[in-house]
Amino acid sequence: MAQAPVLPPGFELPLEPRLPRIGSIDAVALEERAASLAKRSIKRDAKVFALELAIRTIDLTTLEGADTPGKVAAMCSKAVRPDPTDPSIPSCAAICVYPNLVPTARERLQGTGVRVAAVASGFPSGQYPTPIKVADVRSAVELGADEIDMVIDRGAFLSGRYAKVYDEVVRVKESCGESAHLKVILETGELGTYDNVRRATLLAIAGGADFVKTSTGKIPSAATLPVALCMLEAVRDVYAETGRRVGFKAAGGIRQAKQAVQHLVLVHETLGPEWLTPELYRLGASSLVNDILMQLRKEKTGAYQSPDYFTLD
Amino acid sequence: MTRLPVKKTYKLFVGGAFPRSESGRTYEAEGQNVARASRKDVRDAVRAARAAQPAWGGATAYNRGQVLYRLAEMVESRVPEFAELCGGRDEVERAIDRVVWYAGWADKLPQVLGGANPVAGPYFNFTVPEPTGVVAVLAPDASPLLGLVTRLLPPLVGGNAVVAVASETRPLAAIELAEAIATSDLPGGVVNLLTGFRSELAPVLGAHMDVNAFDIGPSNGAAAELETLAAENVKRVVHGNPDGQSPWEIAAYLELKTVWHPIGQ
Amino acid sequence: MAELDRAAGSPAAPGDWTYAPAPESRDIVHLRERYGLFIGGRWVEPSETYATISPSSEEPLAVVGQASPADVERAVAAARAAFADGWSSLPGSERAKYLFRIARILQERAREFAVLESMNGGKPIKESRDVDLPLAAAHFFYYAGWADKLEYAFPNRTPKPVGVAGQIIPWNFPLLMLAWKVAPALACGNTVVLKPAETTPLTALLFCDVLRQAELPAGVVNIVTGDGSTGAAIVDNPDVDKIAFTGSTEVGKAIQRRLAGSGKKLTLELGGKAANIVFDDCALDQAVEGIVNGIYFNQGHVCCAGSRLFAQESIYEPLVDKLKMRLETLRVGDPLDKNTDVGAINSAMQLDKIRELVESGREEGADIYQPPCRLPEKGYWFAPTVFTNVAQSYRIAQEEIFGPVLSVLTFRTPEEALEKANNTPYGLSAGVWTEKGSRILWMAQRLRAGVVWANTYNRFDPTSPFGGYKESGFGREGGLHGLEPYLRFDE
Repeated sequence: MAQAPVLPPGFELPLEPRLPRIGSIDAVALEERAASLAKRSIKRDAKVFALELAIRTIDLTTLEGADTPGKVAAMCSKAVRPDPTDPSIPSCAAICVYPNLVPTARERLQGTGVRVAAVASGFPSGQYPTPIKVADVRSAVELGADEIDMVIDRGAFLSGRYAKVYDEVVRVKESCGESAHLKVILETGELGTYDNVRRATLLAIAGGADFVKTSTGKIPSAATLPVALCMLEAVRDVYAETGRRVGFKAAGGIRQAKQAVQHLVLVHETLGPEWLTPELYRLGASSLVNDILMQLRKEKTGAYQSPDYFTLD
Repeated sequence: MTRLPVKKTYKLFVGGAFPRSESGRTYEAEGQNVARASRKDVRDAVRAARAAQPAWGGATAYNRGQVLYRLAEMVESRVPEFAELCGGRDEVERAIDRVVWYAGWADKLPQVLGGANPVAGPYFNFTVPEPTGVVAVLAPDASPLLGLVTRLLPPLVGGNAVVAVASETRPLAAIELAEAIATSDLPGGVVNLLTGFRSELAPVLGAHMDVNAFDIGPSNGAAAELETLAAENVKRVVHGNPDGQSPWEIAAYLELKTVWHPIGQ
Repeated sequence: MAELDRAAGSPAAPGDWTYAPAPESRDIVHLRERYGLFIGGRWVEPSETYATISPSSEEPLAVVGQASPADVERAVAAARAAFADGWSSLPGSERAKYLFRIARILQERAREFAVLESMNGGKPIKESRDVDLPLAAAHFFYYAGWADKLEYAFPNRTPKPVGVAGQIIPWNFPLLMLAWKVAPALACGNTVVLKPAETTPLTALLFCDVLRQAELPAGVVNIVTGDGSTGAAIVDNPDVDKIAFTGSTEVGKAIQRRLAGSGKKLTLELGGKAANIVFDDCALDQAVEGIVNGIYFNQGHVCCAGSRLFAQESIYEPLVDKLKMRLETLRVGDPLDKNTDVGAINSAMQLDKIRELVESGREEGADIYQPPCRLPEKGYWFAPTVFTNVAQSYRIAQEEIFGPVLSVLTFRTPEEALEKANNTPYGLSAGVWTEKGSRILWMAQRLRAGVVWANTYNRFDPTSPFGGYKESGFGREGGLHGLEPYLRFDE
């Protein structure tokens, strides 16, 4: 955020209407804009481009209590080569797992370019003492995670303890060190309003987030298009004012190729083509890949596809 | 020895004051010398009306109702004087009752003429009536008091300011009414009464670009000319019923404003 | 993350994402080579004709009639006969069912109408598909319900139909304006002679086929195409009882003059120069959307377009920056492409008018901004335009441009915004953007405009009365209030 001149105590709020300001969000207009972008008709070459881009930006995810090395190993293969029958299909950006499974993934993905992301900091609730969250992150980094997906403390946020939320992001970012990228999950479904989504986005970015991410995937309301648009607009304001590029990850509830394309349209028309890269954009998903592969093959062959021809990993 | 009475000088009523016509002209009507208003008197009256309208239109409906009821009180206290200038006591009483009837409408119009509209979307949408602004009125000749009151009250109760041209042949009741208005709580300029020649004044009002609506009375020979002039600023032209009494008479001088706002968290 | 890009192995670099053309198919529309006039339920050969074109390609679409005063007289006679022969005495519940039928048929044939609307008028298919057609059908559905309930709308009065209504509509929302006019007229028991705009007659002519399918009695709705002289013939016809006109203030005044002394009922829905007022506490990104929707929706061919943007000085820079950035994402081009945001200007004449006013803006000293966009070679096009440094006295701040041209002015206080917003002979609509509820209501109360959109813009609904103050016209369309112009009350 822009450095405001030093003000007397109690006057820390930005008093100028410059960006990025906290401001507020009109829910109806935001939802209408998102709905109108969702109606973009993406055909032929443009569709193939979007579907391949979607694959390249996917954080292939499994976050179950039942996750095992075997399950994660299979998922790693899928991430590297989503469609074994079609070598032109690119790899996913990363896989996303619990810290215990980072070593397995690390080993499987060595040299493939697919990165390892770990959820940490008391995922998914964030309801743990700060030192434990920091230690959780540090251990995930030590186990070899390239990227950390942390959660903010929604309890602190909703009770107005913004400083605590900010402080935790700062400390987790420190724990990530030089190597690991930090994604901050807001769990927007628990924040209640778009005003809060915007506020939390700016708070996370101020705390040092490399990416802001919508959701854990653990509650029903997740990466809706209006929520994504709201966060993208905050990211845009930060860039406009400071030149700092913050990434965005939509995660939770994105299961169909069509949704993925809609999310990409949102980014394209809000932040521009510069953000259409795995360095600044990710889609968190567990079951999206096969639907994209089916759509891609349909585009190539002209025939509608059956799931029986795409491997479940 | 009988005392020689002091005779009244009949003047115009503009901006709450009683000026003579700036032209210095008079004409004789009902045995009296009455001011013969000029184009410039029309100009001054419209200017006074425009200046007075926002405060009157912006007053609470309850307040407007009370002020108009007060006007009825003022007329009631002069029944004998009015009775001499019009069709008699019966006409005065009907005029008073009509003022009271309209006074009661002030705070009911928005509910009867407006309301909430159930639009198909997440929006709150409502319609409210608002005054159109400055209204010009050509008062009827029949029933000089009741006719004037009938045409004056509908625009007034809705929050408009009025410039009325009194009956040319029977203007005295109008001037008497102006005196009652001056002693009521109606702010100066909300009602302006001009006496004079209708054929002189009506076209000036019809062409005036700061008049929003024009009651030219029942269709007559002048209608085509006045309506043609009125088109220059898209005036609302009303063919006022000299004895009408209904909320729709008020509605003729109201604009409907519809406001939208999204409903969201 | 360079290694990641390599590993991904995709040839496409960021920025290559160009949306492929996504045209809506024209196959659904079956145009005839020639259309006559629709009079008394039959197609009548006109004495003269002209070609109607597609403004996006200049290709001729069909030949249509140029109705003469004699043709208009025939249409009025047919309407009068239908009025007398049963339509006016038909029970309201029966009239209602005809209107419900029309609403349903419009829904069923919505895509066909949407495509034709975009072909003949140049508006983006997403607007004709998502706005014009759903609203037109909704309008018939809404007024259908009123047909047998009129006495409840006007307590203590006895509503009766006026007779033959002459209706003259503009080219910006051809079918929707037809619906706004025809639905309440029929619901109230009138018969109609309607003239669509000279440049956009085709959806009105296709509508005649809806009337056939709905089995509406012959002569209840008559459609005569033609230019202004046809409109004048309708206005002048002594057997027309009511005129409803939507169009420019200039023509509206001429009609009001022509009708002077005639005793005909008149409603006018005329021009505007709406203020869209943005306060510094507003939801900024949504305000930008509202501004864009306010002035670039339908190429700015909207009488209530938010053509004067009043920005509070304290938010001016970020607002204008965001607005310009947003303009760069507007997709100008083929009206039938589903991704087109801004279509073609409706006619060569309108394009000339826009150009002339834009030139005056430059000359008077305003700064012009147009996003980079490649306009098609054929057809009539104008890039979305923003003028900054505009003074209240410039023509572009005073005159209705009726095109995709926004003038940005500034203000400091609510009082100043209000004064400037009301400082116009027009009074159709206004927009207010602020998060402060009391300020919205304060502004809404004082803005001299028939429609005030607070934290939104360009919303329409059949239940919501629409119409102007001052030189923007009189009478309301929509809602209960939209019935009144089509009724008389003997009291």
